[in-house]
Amino acid sequence: MSRARETAADLGTIAGYALREAVRRRALVVVVVLTLGFLALYAYGANEAFDEVSHFAHGGGIEIDDQVLTGSTLLGLSMFVTLFLGTVLAVFVTLNAVRGDAERGLLQPLVVRPVGRTTLLLARFLAAAALCVAYVLVVYAAAVAITGAAGGYWPDRPVAGGVALAAAVVIVVGFALVGTTLLSTTANGIMIFGAGLAAGLLGQIGSALDSSTLEQIASIASWVLPFEAIYQDGLHALTADIGGATGVIVELGPFGGARDAGPLLYPYALAYLSVAGLLANRIFARSDL
Amino acid sequence: MADALHAAQLVKSYRSTRALDGVDLRVAAGELVGLLGPNGAGKSTLTKIACGLVRPTSGRVEVLGRPAGSKAARARTGYLAELFRFPGWANADELLALHQRLARSDGGAAERAALLEHVGLQEAAERRVEAMSKGMQQRLGIAQALIGDPALVLLDEPTSALDPAGRRTVRELLETLRGRGVAVLLNSHLLSEVELVCDRVVIVDHGKVIAEGKPHELAAPGGVEVETEHGLRRFPDARREDVPQIVARLVAEGEPIYGARVVAATLEETYLQLVGAGAR
Repeated sequence: MSRARETAADLGTIAGYALREAVRRRALVVVVVLTLGFLALYAYGANEAFDEVSHFAHGGGIEIDDQVLTGSTLLGLSMFVTLFLGTVLAVFVTLNAVRGDAERGLLQPLVVRPVGRTTLLLARFLAAAALCVAYVLVVYAAAVAITGAAGGYWPDRPVAGGVALAAAVVIVVGFALVGTTLLSTTANGIMIFGAGLAAGLLGQIGSALDSSTLEQIASIASWVLPFEAIYQDGLHALTADIGGATGVIVELGPFGGARDAGPLLYPYALAYLSVAGLLANRIFARSDL
Repeated sequence: MADALHAAQLVKSYRSTRALDGVDLRVAAGELVGLLGPNGAGKSTLTKIACGLVRPTSGRVEVLGRPAGSKAARARTGYLAELFRFPGWANADELLALHQRLARSDGGAAERAALLEHVGLQEAAERRVEAMSKGMQQRLGIAQALIGDPALVLLDEPTSALDPAGRRTVRELLETLRGRGVAVLLNSHLLSEVELVCDRVVIVDHGKVIAEGKPHELAAPGGVEVETEHGLRRFPDARREDVPQIVARLVAEGEPIYGARVVAATLEETYLQLVGAGAR
């Protein structure tokens, strides 16, 4: 067997093992239950919201498209929750991948095989990324479908929103894998959620308080942790083509977080992920197990 | 022919702690070597370096002439860690199949069945790991270590969770491996077991090899005991060749003799003498 085919076979074996391990975790059940609960509440809330705004009367000569405003706001909120749940899933499936599994004695029997630590780490990344991407895409598609069915609102560029969520969650997986080569399970979990909250909430608080300093800090944080910048960019893409007064209001975003990041975002995210991968690989290669 | 395992001037430091301090060790092909030592002596560190889990601070370790931890070395090595865990969702057969793929073994179902039979788990092939006792998991761990017909097997406390019948099964398995030319480094606290099965014993303490040799060579002479009418008389410095002279002298002194025996210290006694009886 050629070396490339051997590596591909090893990747498949370890990724399959990691996926089976992931679906056995109770955390996955919790995420699924939370997701079903969220989608049910979202469907109910969307119906109520569209029903409510259909009775609004406008005055003062300002033309606002209630359906677009309500639909985009709801979908923006659903993206926030989807990314949050996707992050929970990403963190729980990668949390133990290196340090945690080594402490429990699960990793050593695999590492002593002639597979190579790089292959092992890459396979764990691919398995976690595939699971999380599939998850956020399904939830996002369900939210888009619910919003369309409840109020007839369909986003301008629905694919962009899905791509942004998928990319954001892949960055979270990469970030969590670096963490798992360095930190214990609990510390890693705290680091990921703490980083996400720091990047996301600072911007929203800054925007709400109209504080340019906080917004500046949040902008830097969102590039240091680009899953937040990608999420904001995806949110912006959903409503980018809306014009008039509705467009001005919608641009504020459901939490004031929508922001066009420009054309360098995805190349930057790819480079970020590559550096994170190299760093994780170097740490793992030098770790005593 | 290259040694199955060769460590030269091996040093491993964890911050201020020196776990291994210039260890030299050879395990020949087909040789069964017992590695003894108190807790914290450096036995597990040595085993982990040999299979590539831990990087040495300095020194050299080779497995069948290849650097320990290299892909080529790992492909010929089987390992059972002292503290290990297998995923609970896998059954015994699935777990061995997973390791066959990773070890690139083409032994298929026949190899898995044979290994499970060797460790006495032939009836548990479909049983999930989470439904197995600790002893069964340890047997499965040994089977896993033997996948792919390794030339060197490193076993770190492989019988710690086994009952006497299980230990006997492992002893027989080790003898079978020796018969097939497989080298084994057995790290164990069970001195009687090591004495029974190993060709050679290496005793490590504070990261250094403090004694090595065949079990009977390490078991030092313990004098002569003579059973007389007035009880047991001990001659601690006497050897086997002194027995006729001692008996003749006692008879000449009018002492009726009922028996005489040469006392040999067990490996355990020698071990305790070397490393001290204090627990760590």
